[in-house]
Amino acid sequence: MSDIAATISAQDGSPLRRNLNLFMSSRLSTLSAVFVLLFVLMAIFAPWIAPHDPNETDLFRRLQPPAWIEGGEFAFLFGCDGLGRDILSRIIYGARISIFIGFTVIVVATGIGIIAGLASGYLRGWVDITISRLVDILLGFPYLIFAIALIAMIGPGLQNIILALVYKEWVVPCRVVRGETLAAREVEYVEAARALGGSSRHIMLREILPNILSPVIVVSTIRMAHVIILEASLSFLGLGVQPPTASWGSMVSDGRAFMLEAWWVSTFPGLAILLLVLAINVASQGLRDAFDPKFHD
Amino acid sequence: MTASQPILSIKGLQTRFVTRYGLVTAVDGVSLDVMPGECVGIVGESGSGKSVTFASVMGLVKSPGSIDGGSITFEGRELVGMSDRDYRTMRGKEIAMTMQDALTALNPALTIGYQIMEVLIAHDSDLTGNRSARKKEARKRAIDMMELVGIPSPATRLDEYPHQFSGGMRQRMMIAIALACRPKLLIADEPTTALDVTIQAQVLELIAEIRQKLGMSVVLITHDLGVVAEYCDRVAVMYAGQIIETGPTKSVIGQSAHPYTQGLLRSIPNLAHLDKKIRPIEGQVPELIDLPPGCRFIGRCEKRHEGCTDPIHMRDIDELHRVRCIWTGDFSND
Amino acid sequence: MNFGKLIERLAQLIPVLLGVTVIVFFMMALTPGDPVQIMIGDQPISAEQEAELRHDMGLDLPPVERFVKFLGNAVTGNFGLSFFHRRPVIDVIVERLPATIELSLVSLLLALLTSIPLGVLAAVKKNTIFDRLATVGSLFGVSLPGFWFGILLLMLFAVHLHILPVSGRIGYAYEVDAVTHLLLIDSLIAGRLDTFGNALSHLILPALTLGLPMAAILMRVTRTSMLEVLSQDYITFAEAKGINRTGILIRHALKNALIPTVTVAALETGSLLGGNMIVETVFGWPGLGRLVVESIFVRNYPLVQAAVLFYAVTYVFLNFFADILYTVLNPRVKL
Repeated sequence: MSDIAATISAQDGSPLRRNLNLFMSSRLSTLSAVFVLLFVLMAIFAPWIAPHDPNETDLFRRLQPPAWIEGGEFAFLFGCDGLGRDILSRIIYGARISIFIGFTVIVVATGIGIIAGLASGYLRGWVDITISRLVDILLGFPYLIFAIALIAMIGPGLQNIILALVYKEWVVPCRVVRGETLAAREVEYVEAARALGGSSRHIMLREILPNILSPVIVVSTIRMAHVIILEASLSFLGLGVQPPTASWGSMVSDGRAFMLEAWWVSTFPGLAILLLVLAINVASQGLRDAFDPKFHD
Repeated sequence: MTASQPILSIKGLQTRFVTRYGLVTAVDGVSLDVMPGECVGIVGESGSGKSVTFASVMGLVKSPGSIDGGSITFEGRELVGMSDRDYRTMRGKEIAMTMQDALTALNPALTIGYQIMEVLIAHDSDLTGNRSARKKEARKRAIDMMELVGIPSPATRLDEYPHQFSGGMRQRMMIAIALACRPKLLIADEPTTALDVTIQAQVLELIAEIRQKLGMSVVLITHDLGVVAEYCDRVAVMYAGQIIETGPTKSVIGQSAHPYTQGLLRSIPNLAHLDKKIRPIEGQVPELIDLPPGCRFIGRCEKRHEGCTDPIHMRDIDELHRVRCIWTGDFSND
Repeated sequence: MNFGKLIERLAQLIPVLLGVTVIVFFMMALTPGDPVQIMIGDQPISAEQEAELRHDMGLDLPPVERFVKFLGNAVTGNFGLSFFHRRPVIDVIVERLPATIELSLVSLLLALLTSIPLGVLAAVKKNTIFDRLATVGSLFGVSLPGFWFGILLLMLFAVHLHILPVSGRIGYAYEVDAVTHLLLIDSLIAGRLDTFGNALSHLILPALTLGLPMAAILMRVTRTSMLEVLSQDYITFAEAKGINRTGILIRHALKNALIPTVTVAALETGSLLGGNMIVETVFGWPGLGRLVVESIFVRNYPLVQAAVLFYAVTYVFLNFFADILYTVLNPRVKL
C-alpha cells in the first residue's frame, strides 16, 4: 500500500496533502506492523488470553452460533465448532502454529540461504555450480506440490511440516544473496578488503553480509506471509499438525462439514489467516519502501 | 527578418511543477520569437528550463507540471489551453520535435517503418485512396524520408527494429520521423548529446541541410555554445528558468553582456577566446524553489554588487541584443 | 531466435529434469517402513500378489538399479500399477488430466481477461480512487487463502443462494461425446448449449478461486510495467508525433508493457498446478489434484510419485516456455 504513497509523491495535489498522504500510508504500514505484533503476543500468551480450553469439547454447545446471533453467548464470542469447542480460543491457539511455523521456516531457510548464497556468489567455482544446480532443480517443483509430496512420504507433524517447507524455501533467500554477493564482490570496499588480505570468511561475513542484509530481510518478511498460507493449506488438506491441536487451516477444513448450518466454523479461522497475512504483506511493503527506494514496484 | 511575422511567439511563459518540496518554477517569464526559416539556439545548463520551455510549446508538460501563465502562439494561433485534439493535429505535422537520445525515443517493440508510417498516416491529409493504398503510399514516403536522412538501402531496413541500427543511424531515423510530414518548425532537443563527436557533426549538418531544403525553422536546444556559433542565426541563453541574454549569434558570442554567457564561453576551448584559459563556472544552478527576487546568477557571479539583489529586468544593448544584467562595464578587459 | 539456440536451451533442461527425477525417486525412499506393507494396509492379498507388487515397484533391486529402472519406466510412461484402482497409474492420471487442464485454462483466461484491463486502467488512472481500489484489491487477492475463499464462495452461491452447483464437473443428467475431453469444448462441438451452460456453472466458482490470486499478481505486474512504459521517452516522442491516445496506449505502450505480464502469466500457470490440489479438493473437482490428495490418504504411493513427477516436468517446461516467450516478445533480447 505504500507504493501508493510512492506514486503520490510524484503527483498532483497540494504539497501538504501529499505529505499527509505519505504520512498516512507509512502510518498504515506501521499500523500493520503493530497488528502483526499483536498476533504474535496473542500466540505467545495464548493460555492467558484464551477464554476457554481450546480442546475442551462440550456436545451441548455443538455448533453454537456467535454471540451476536440468537442462541449465542458472549462467553463464546465466535461460537463453537462441531465438537462444541470455543472457536475464538482455538483461533488464539491456532496463531501459535501459524506464527511458529512461519517464523521458524523463514529463520532456518534464511540462515541456510544466506550461507549458501554467500558461498555461491563469493567463492564461485564448483561451489557455485553445485548450489546453483540444486537451486535450479528445486525450482523445478511447484512449491505446494513439493511440500505435499514430502509430507505424504515422511508423514505429517510439526517438525515434518517445517522440514518440508524449509527444503524448498531456502532457495529464495539463496538466490537473493547470491545475486547481491556477485554485485558486492566488485564493489571497492570488498576489493580493498581482499587486497588487504582478508580471509574469505571474514570478507563474506563482515564485509558483504551487513551490506546485503536489507534486501534479504525485506524478502524474508514477504515470504513469511507466503509460508503461513502454505502451512494453512497443508493443514487444510489434513497434512498439517494433527488433531486435536488447533491450526487455522484444519479449522477451516472442519467447517466444511457444516457449511449449511454453521458458517462461522470455517469463516473465522480463515479470516484470521487473511488478516495476519494481509498485515504482514502491508508491513513488509512499508519495510521495503523504507529500506530501499529502488524496491518500488 | 523583422519584415515578416514570427512563426512561433512565446510571451511571458511560466511553467511550474508541484513537487514534494514545494512549487518549482521551471520556466519563469520566458519570451522568445522564432521567425520563418530561422535557426534559433537555446543554450543553458541542465535545469535551466530550456527543455521545459519547448515541452510547453509542444503541449507535453504533464501533471504535476502545468503552464501557469503567458502565451504561446504558432502562426497566430494560441497554443496555451488548446484542446488535446487540436494539438494532436498540429504536433508532428506543423511542429515536430526530436529528443535527446534516439535509443530511448524510438519504441523498441515497433519497426522503424511502422514508426515513420504511423506519423504519416496520423496526419493523412496528403495520402489518398483506401486504407491499403494509403499504407502503400506511406511506405513509399517512409522510404523516401529514410533516403533523405541518409540511411543506406532504406527499403530493406524499413522492417528492422531500432536496436538493429547504430547510434548515428538511430538519430537519423528519429529526424526522419520528425520531418516526415514536412513541419514548419523543428524543435531539436540536444540532438547530439548522446552521440560520438564524429557523428555529432554529421547529424547537425543533416539538420542544417534539410532546413535549407524544406525552408523550415529550427530551434536547437543545446548546452554547447560552439554548436550554436556554427549553426544558429540567433541565440537565447537561459539560466534558472529565465532568458538572461538573447540576440544575433554573432553579437551574443562576440560581445556577450552577461557574466554567465561569458563564463560559458570561457568554459569551451575554441572560438573567440583561444588565448584565454578554459575555466569552468564555479558553483551550481540554484534550486528553483523560493528564489530570491534579485539576479539568479548572483551566487556564482564575479561581478556582483549590491544592486544585484533587486529584481533585474531585460535591457536593450542594441536593437536586437538584450541582456538581464545591470553590469555595463567592458567584460573583454577581464 | 533461431532453431539452434532453442535446441541448446532445451538441452539445458536435461540436467534439471534428471535432478527432479532423482528427487522424486528419493522422496519415495524416504517413506518409513516397508512401502509394500504400508500400501497393502489391511487389504486381503496373497503372498504372490505381494511379491508381484514388490517386483513391480522395483523394490527387490539395489537402489541404483531401482533408479535406472524408475527412470526408464518414467520415460516410457510406465509408473506401475495403481493398487487402489487396480489399473496402470498412467491410465488413471490421463483419465483425470482433462478436468484439471480445463479448470486451469479457464482460470488462466479469467485471470488474464480481468487483470490486464484493470492493470492498464489502474496505471492510466494513476492515483485516482480506481487505482487505489485496484491496488488494495490486489493486496487482498494475494493474501487470501484460496481454500477459505473457495469455501466462502460455496457457502454463499451454492449452499445459501442455490445459484451454482456445490461440487463436481457436470450434472448427472448431462452427457456429451468426448472429443477433446474438455467439456466446454465438447459440448459446443456437439451443439449442446444446455450441457455447455451446466459445465460452465460448475466451473465458475473453482475457476474464480484458482484465478483470483493469479489475477491479483498479474494486475500488479501490468500496472507496474505500464507505469514504467508510460514514463518512457518513446511515449513522449509518440505524443510529439501527434499520435492519438488510443494509438499510443495500444500500439506503443501495451506492446511493451505486456512483456512482463505474459512472462509472469506463464510462470504463474505453473503455480496453478499447486493451487489445483486445494481448489479441486474444496469443489470436489474430479481432476488430478484431488486424485493426488486422495491417493496420499490411501497411501497409493506409485500414483503420488508419478503425479509429482508429472507436475514437476510440466512446471519445468512452463518455466522454459515463459523464458522463450519473453525472448520472442522482446525484440531487444538476444538469446
